[in-house]
Amino acid sequence: MPVVDGVELPETPLLDELEKGPWPSFVKEIKRAAVESEKAMKAGKKIKLPGAAKGLLKVLELSYKDKRTHWKHGGIVAVYGYGGGVIGRYCDLEDKIPEVWHFHTMRINMPAGWFYSTKALRAICDAWEKWGSGLTNLHGSTGDIILLGTRTEHLQPMANALAYLDKLYGSPAPFDIGGSGSDLRTPSACMGPALCEFACYDTLEACYQFTIRYQDELHRPMWPYKFKIKCSGCPNDCVASKARSDFAIIGTWKDEIQIDQEAVKEYAKAGVDIEKQVVKKCPTGAISWDGNELKIDNKNCIRCMHCINVLPKALKPGKERGATILIGGKAPFVDGAIIGWVAVPFIPADELIDKCCEILEAIWDWWDENGKFRERVGELIWRVGMSEFLKVIGQKADVRMVYAPRNNPFIFWRELQD
Amino acid sequence: MVAQKVEKEPEEELEPKTDFGPPHYSIMLHPIIKNNYGKWKYHEVVRPGVIKRVAESGDVLYVVRFGSPRLLSVYTIRDICDIADKYSDGYLRFTSRNNVEFFLTDPDKIEPLIQEVQEKLGFPCGGTWDATKGEYGLTNIVHTQGWVHCHTPATDASGIVKAVMDELYDYFTDHKLPALCRISLACCANMCGAVHASDIAMVGVHRKVPKIDDDAVRRTCEIPSTVAACPTGALKPDMKRKTVILDKDKCMYCGNCYTMCPGMPIFDPENDGVAILVAGKLSDARYPPQLSKVVVPWLPNNPPRWPEVVQTVKKILETWATHAEKYERIAEWIHRIGWERFFELTGLEFTEKLIEDYHRTPYLYTTFRTSAAFRW
Repeated sequence: MPVVDGVELPETPLLDELEKGPWPSFVKEIKRAAVESEKAMKAGKKIKLPGAAKGLLKVLELSYKDKRTHWKHGGIVAVYGYGGGVIGRYCDLEDKIPEVWHFHTMRINMPAGWFYSTKALRAICDAWEKWGSGLTNLHGSTGDIILLGTRTEHLQPMANALAYLDKLYGSPAPFDIGGSGSDLRTPSACMGPALCEFACYDTLEACYQFTIRYQDELHRPMWPYKFKIKCSGCPNDCVASKARSDFAIIGTWKDEIQIDQEAVKEYAKAGVDIEKQVVKKCPTGAISWDGNELKIDNKNCIRCMHCINVLPKALKPGKERGATILIGGKAPFVDGAIIGWVAVPFIPADELIDKCCEILEAIWDWWDENGKFRERVGELIWRVGMSEFLKVIGQKADVRMVYAPRNNPFIFWRELQD
Repeated sequence: MVAQKVEKEPEEELEPKTDFGPPHYSIMLHPIIKNNYGKWKYHEVVRPGVIKRVAESGDVLYVVRFGSPRLLSVYTIRDICDIADKYSDGYLRFTSRNNVEFFLTDPDKIEPLIQEVQEKLGFPCGGTWDATKGEYGLTNIVHTQGWVHCHTPATDASGIVKAVMDELYDYFTDHKLPALCRISLACCANMCGAVHASDIAMVGVHRKVPKIDDDAVRRTCEIPSTVAACPTGALKPDMKRKTVILDKDKCMYCGNCYTMCPGMPIFDPENDGVAILVAGKLSDARYPPQLSKVVVPWLPNNPPRWPEVVQTVKKILETWATHAEKYERIAEWIHRIGWERFFELTGLEFTEKLIEDYHRTPYLYTTFRTSAAFRW
C-alpha cells in the first residue's frame, strides 16, 4: 500500500496512469484530499467524514477496472425547507467501501459571474473540510459550486455552515443552496460589464435579480421539469446560453456600431489586414474599407460581433442597447437537442429585468398548467405551437423570429370555423 | 450520576435559514473592477493566457488565466487563494469553462505569477485567443461527472478529459489554432454539459437495451412515468406482472428509462462507449449557431486513457487546424470544403450509422431563428 506523508492510500494502478502527463490531474486532487484531510484530523482538526476521499479512490479505481459506474440512484435527501439543491447519491459497494456509502452532492449558488474574494472561498473550504469529503467542482455544468460527497446527517449542518458562513467562518456573506430537479436551476451570467467592454446590458445584476426574486422557484421543485436562465452580454454568448438554457438573454443593440476611424487606421498600420480579416469575413457584406475609412451599412448589419471582436479598440456596439430573448434551448432528452430560438427580438436594457420577469412568470404559469411530466418548455411549444406561445408572452409574430416563413399552406384558420 | 453531555457543533444548534440567495457579486469584485464596472474601453492580448483590460478611467488590469482540472480539493483551493492574496489583492474568478483567473495591476508580476502557479499548482497559463491577429488557443474542456459521481453515465468524464488535454496541452498554452474550438464532453445523452453545440463533442453512448429486472421494477419504479419516459414508445406496461415490457427493435438505448427507474440498468462495460460529434457553434460571429453532428458513432471505453478517443479528437483538431482559414471554426470550414472532403481529410469512415437522424424534433423547429443575428 502506498504511503504519502504518513497516510496510507489504496492501490490504484489504473488511476495512477492519470497522474501522468502535463495537464493538471483530478486524481492528484482526490489523493491530496485523502492525505491532507487525514493529516488535518491527526493534527486535531474536526473532520466529520474521515476517509471519504480515500473511499472515492477505491470506488473510482473499481469503475476503471469494471468499466461502469458504481453509483446508484439517489433516494430523497434534502435540507430544511428546500426540495432541491441536494443530489442523493449512494454507492453500490456499501459493504466493501462504507466510507462512501452515502456520497451526496450539494449545489451551492455561486456569485454571479463566478467572481470570488479569497475570504469567501476559504470559508467554504473550511466548512466543507469539516462536514464533507473536501472535494469540489469549480464549477458544475449549470454554474453552481459543487460540493462532492457527504453523508445524510451532515447535510443540514453543512447547509447551516453555509447559511452562517459569515458568522462562523469569516466569509463576507453567507451562501445559499442552488437548484436541482424540476425547478428553476441556478441562473448564470458571463463576466459582463465587470470586465468586458462588449456587454450590452448588466448581466451580473440581471442574474442576481432573477436569482433573488425567484428563490421559491429555485428551491422548491414544482414544475414539469427543469428551467434554466442564462445571461450573455453580447452575441458571442460566452456562457453558451443559446444551447444551455430554456431562456437565453443575449445582449445586443439597435443602432449603429460605434467607429473610431483613427483606431482602425492604427490597427491597419500595426499589420491587421482589414480587407481580409474584417471586410471579407462580414457575413452580410456590410463593411467596406478604402484604406482610410471603414464604412458599415448598419441596415445590413446582423450584429454578429466578428468585426468588433477583431478590432476591439476601434469598434463598439451601438448606444441603443438591450437584449434578444431566445427560448427553448436544451440537450437531447427527450425530443432531441436544440438551440433556443428568437421569442422576443428586443427589450431595451433599462426595462430588461422587469420585462423578463413578466415574461418568465407568464411562461411558468402556462408551462406548469400545460406541460407534461419531464417536458421542457421548448418541447411544449413544439407540441402546441409557437403561435400559442406568442399569445402567452404577449408578442406578435415577427419575421426576426424565423430564418424563413413556412413551406406549406396548411394553415389553421381556427377563427373562421363555426 | 450526571449524564454525559454530547458536545454539539454550532452548526447543529443554529436555526436553519432559507431563501436568502447568493452573495451580491459586488462584494466579490476586485477594487479596480468595481471602480470601472461597465466602463471598460478595450482589451488586448499580451501573451497566451494574459489579457490586458483598459478602462475609460485609464486603469489597467491584467487578467491571467490558468487551466484547472475542475475537480478541486479544498487544499488546492486554499493554495489558489494564497496566490490570489499575494498577487491579486485577494480576488479571483473562475470562467464558464473551468479556468481560474487572477487580476494583476503590475505587469512585472505576470511572469512570477505564472511561474508560481506552475510550480505550486501545476496549472498551465493559457486558454485565450487573439482575435485581432486571428490566432487562437484551445480553451479548457467542459464536462460532466462520469464515474466520479454520476449514476447513469455511459463513460467516465474527468479521465477522458485529462487524457485529451494532455495530448492537446500545447494548443492550450499557445495560440496555434486558426479559430475558436470548444471541446466538450458529456458522459451520457442527458448531457448535463449540454455539449450539443460544440466544435468537438464527446458523448457517452449505450448500445444495448436495458436489462429489465422485474423485481426491482416492482420495488422501485413508478411504471407509468417509466413508460412515458421512453421517447420511441418501446416500453409497455405489463399490468398483470406489475412490470414493463420492452420492444427491443424500437429501443435506441438512450437510457432515459433508467434515469426514471433503477430497475432497468442499461450500462454495459463492453458495449458502452463514446460517440464523437463535430461542427457545433454558438456564437453568432460570421456563421449562424449550429448543432454538432455525429461523425464517429462509437469508440470503446478503454480506460484509463481512452487512446481511441484521444487520437480521434486530435486527428479532427489537427486536420482542421491544418486546412482551415483564419477565423473558420470547424462548422465554417466544413461549410466551405464540404462533408465529403471532411471525411476524406480526417480519414474517418462514413457509415449507415451516421444517416437517418432521430426525428422527434418537429419540422416547425427548422424555420425558427436560432440566433440573435438579424437585420433591424
